Amino acid sequence: MSDDGIVFPVEASHIMMFRRSIGDYSVPDTGMEDAAAPPTFPRAVAQFDPDYFLRMKPGEEWFGSGKNPTGVAGKPSSSGGLHAEQHFEFVRPIKPGDVLTVTQTPGKSWEKESKRAGRLLFEEFVHEYRDEAGELVCTSRSVRVTTERPVDQG
Amino acid sequence: MLLKANELAVGDTYEDVLVEDLKRTQLVMYAGTSGDYNPLHTDDVYCREAAGYPGVFAHGMLTMGMTGRMITDRFGAENVKKFGVRFTNQVWPGDNLTGKAVIEAVREEGDETLVDISLTTTNQNGEVVVTGHATASVER
Repeated sequence: MSDDGIVFPVEASHIMMFRRSIGDYSVPDTGMEDAAAPPTFPRAVAQFDPDYFLRMKPGEEWFGSGKNPTGVAGKPSSSGGLHAEQHFEFVRPIKPGDVLTVTQTPGKSWEKESKRAGRLLFEEFVHEYRDEAGELVCTSRSVRVTTERPVDQG
Repeated sequence: MLLKANELAVGDTYEDVLVEDLKRTQLVMYAGTSGDYNPLHTDDVYCREAAGYPGVFAHGMLTMGMTGRMITDRFGAENVKKFGVRFTNQVWPGDNLTGKAVIEAVREEGDETLVDISLTTTNQNGEVVVTGHATASVER
């Protein structure tokens, strides 16, 4: 994420599709133009992050399967991070037409031992969402956990 | 119809079926809208043969989003002040999820009436997959 932040244009059709994807049919599609975004929508800023690592990009290796189970050679069998915590605080709702600028600051990091997944590395990230007037709209705090091995399902 | 402050009492409990027999396509829909295309959520071959998981599992944010309907259905998306969760267990295709919301407080702050809610989402085996809290403003 760049230091200047990511510009996140909020569009009614994106919110409509997002709402469907969480099974939220409380707003009719015809009444979507002014409806506030669901509270978990801010994370969809990932769509506008040019460097977001969980989206395929032209000319770059992708770790998902194609001919082989993974497109990346030498990748350890346990992959990536899992989401441990997520917190949102709103000064006001996010609505279609908002153009938000989103900045990220790293927070704390800590380690813990787990029976089900080995050593766990926790990392916190804070995102601020500001409108075109520079006013704070939303703060998001995420905690990502990277596991030493896949979480035991036993 | 959204709930009003005079319809709420501390300890009131609401339960909703959030999803029955969660479909892999729901995960694909969530990947498409959120932009999180992690193969852990979209690519069964990768999960089984490269990542060491039995198959794809739900984005935590999908479970949080479904849990959030407990709040937005009753208080309106435009009235949510805070919403936070911890993810305690993974959610898998085929799971049935039930959300429980408990009214913890109804209070005045400035010129607003706020309701604090605790949230728990549980799977068909009684395992808690998400715990959380939310605060929303309500009409008096």
